[in-house]
Amino acid sequence: MSYDFDFAFLNEYGPDLWRGVWLTLGMTAASILPGFVLGTLCAVGRLYGPRWLSRITVIYVEAIRNTPLVIQVFWLFFGLAVLQVRIGAFPAAVIALVINVGAYTAEIMRAGFETIPKGQVEAASCLALTRTQVIWGIQFPQAVERVYPALVSQFVLMMLATSIMSQISAEELTGAAYQIQAFTFRGFEVYLVIAGIYVVMAAGLRLVLLGCATLAFPRRRRLGTPL
Amino acid sequence: MRAETDGMTIADPRPATPAAPPERETMVRFEDVRKAFGTVEVLRGITVDVHRGDVTVLVGRSGSGKSTALRCINGLEAINGGRLTVCGRRLHEPGTDLRSLRQDVGIVFQSYNLFPHLTVAQNVMLAPRKVKRLGLSEARELAREVLHKVGLADKAEAYPEQLSGGQQQRVAIARSLAMQPRLILFDEVTSALDPELTGEVLRVIEGLAKAGMTMVLVTHEMGFARSVADQLVFMHKGTVWEKGSRDILRDPATPELRQFVGNGL
Repeated sequence: MSYDFDFAFLNEYGPDLWRGVWLTLGMTAASILPGFVLGTLCAVGRLYGPRWLSRITVIYVEAIRNTPLVIQVFWLFFGLAVLQVRIGAFPAAVIALVINVGAYTAEIMRAGFETIPKGQVEAASCLALTRTQVIWGIQFPQAVERVYPALVSQFVLMMLATSIMSQISAEELTGAAYQIQAFTFRGFEVYLVIAGIYVVMAAGLRLVLLGCATLAFPRRRRLGTPL
Repeated sequence: MRAETDGMTIADPRPATPAAPPERETMVRFEDVRKAFGTVEVLRGITVDVHRGDVTVLVGRSGSGKSTALRCINGLEAINGGRLTVCGRRLHEPGTDLRSLRQDVGIVFQSYNLFPHLTVAQNVMLAPRKVKRLGLSEARELAREVLHKVGLADKAEAYPEQLSGGQQQRVAIARSLAMQPRLILFDEVTSALDPELTGEVLRVIEGLAKAGMTMVLVTHEMGFARSVADQLVFMHKGTVWEKGSRDILRDPATPELRQFVGNGL
């Protein structure tokens, strides 16, 4: 069996791939922080909020975790169209990603909050701190630190999951690759190249997020404790 | 260590009066206090007064209710019956403002419970800043002062995990002192420490006692109880079995306390 590799398409379609890379990175970057905030609020609402809020977060988390991302994207994109809300493919993709990653983040953060020893909360409330001060000043920083590696994995997974966004015509990297192989019939080479690009982007994202950890957790920085 | 404890002084808020008034303020008054967890009665009607400036030591076997009694004082446990008055607040009545109570009543735990993500100074400054709304420089000064009292002024920038157990417990005491409470509760604060580290923590508590801080201690250190207690309370089966001066340890009136003291030696 012999196969002649031909990467000549890179000359002609390089710029298309490049645009795809930027779109993928853009969606990812735009979704991480809002997704984290949404997820954290849901975790706190579920654990410490009134019963109705707790129920709503459970429904949200289960609805998202038990349906495919691509269906959520369609539902949002076409659902908004039905409601006469005109929204571009990129913002629609970002909103879908935020809603999606928020649900997973909520579960990760809930686990983080639940691992904080009761004594921490007891000691803090015995110092006359309010419930809100205890949650955000004592529990939250420790919870994030404990689950940070899991959060990083989740955000990398989210970046890889952007590969379905061409379904709503957001031509991210995978979408661009699909177009290129349709024109060149060099699918094997095209997907080999973009697999390599995803590896590099995932490694880069991990590095960036670990860099954020160094800034966010001064104790780790000082004591040299790895995450 | 020696030099550190020698320099330890606690500012006494009371005016210096040569003769103490005959009737001293009662800081804590238990009147027939009852507490049950489910069907298990842990406190079966205890009556104890804690006077201002006194060190009250609660001793007794595990399960005798001494820790529960202590935790009722700052509202960590709600009582089910009787009357409990702490710093003028009636905890047996509904609607007690626990946050205001806890600004008057500090507590130190067996497991230290320092906040691991904050430095020693941040641990100490947290409540003064967030609860009392002290400015940063004022809070820093306060932290320096209370850390000096427990002999750890040089550890302000360390993180709890860099300290020994004894040092962590002294930071916990400093954290409590920083709120300038009228009363401090100590819940078996040396139980997690080896004898050497126990000593350094006990010396800090002794210093506070000498400075006139009102304290309630639950401890298994009988030698320490014998040396600092102004009032000794022996709890047994959820009741105050025997109470009096520290001398009751030397000369118990009940066979239960005699046996307890005998085992402890």
